[in-house]
Amino acid sequence: MPADFEAIAEQVFIALGDPNRRVILAELAAGGPATATDLATRLPITRQGIAKHLATLELAGLVVAEPGERRRVRYRLQSAPMQLAQQFLAALARDWDSQLDALSAHLDRKARRPHG
Amino acid sequence: MGFPNRIERTVELAHAPQQVWAALTTAEGLAAWFGNKGATIDLRTGGDASLDFDNGVHTNMRVERIEEPTVFGFTWQIYGLPADDPRRTYVEFTLEPTPAGTRLTVVETGFAQLPDDAHKTAFDGNVNGWAQKLDELRDYLDAR
Repeated sequence: MPADFEAIAEQVFIALGDPNRRVILAELAAGGPATATDLATRLPITRQGIAKHLATLELAGLVVAEPGERRRVRYRLQSAPMQLAQQFLAALARDWDSQLDALSAHLDRKARRPHG
Repeated sequence: MGFPNRIERTVELAHAPQQVWAALTTAEGLAAWFGNKGATIDLRTGGDASLDFDNGVHTNMRVERIEEPTVFGFTWQIYGLPADDPRRTYVEFTLEPTPAGTRLTVVETGFAQLPDDAHKTAFDGNVNGWAQKLDELRDYLDAR
């Protein structure tokens, strides 16, 4: 297991653990790249709060800064770390227990009605 | 290590391996317990299979290993990743005859795969490519 795999997943879940950061990520996912000022006008978070959270998200590799209009920095969501975290969630969400119960029930039904 | 790469379950079934094999490897069997909205399978190594679930999810699978009636293996996409993501997990069912019927073991591996660098580059390139194309479109329209 590569160590960075764990580290990336940890950064994603730390980022998602804060409600203000979730709101910022959700806004970037829904509306596309935005400047800190754009986000401050759209969200109930102070300009300083937005800047602080964007810095944290950028360090974690979840957003990337890029030049926008009139030389203002825009922030864009980076989906690769999210997809990595999604792999972790996929493992937790794989419900073989229910699936195997369903298989067992299917075989029981079929044995009772061999031609049905 | 907090990241599960391998999931394993074993169940005892009161049915002969041939019955269990049919439930795992025929469209009729799979649709009865797995893909409740429908299933298809081309039962040969490398063959395509698919499951449709109650929640509307459609999953494509590839048959990887057939040793009737003891081993059936397939790969499928990791749930939640984009359709063009190449990562797959491998699922292998092993059937062992027992006095009461069959001991069935399912092992799924490959949750902890990193995307390969080539794909990562292609993916990032694609995303940036779209942003750039949309910017070019806007500049074009602005100039008219």
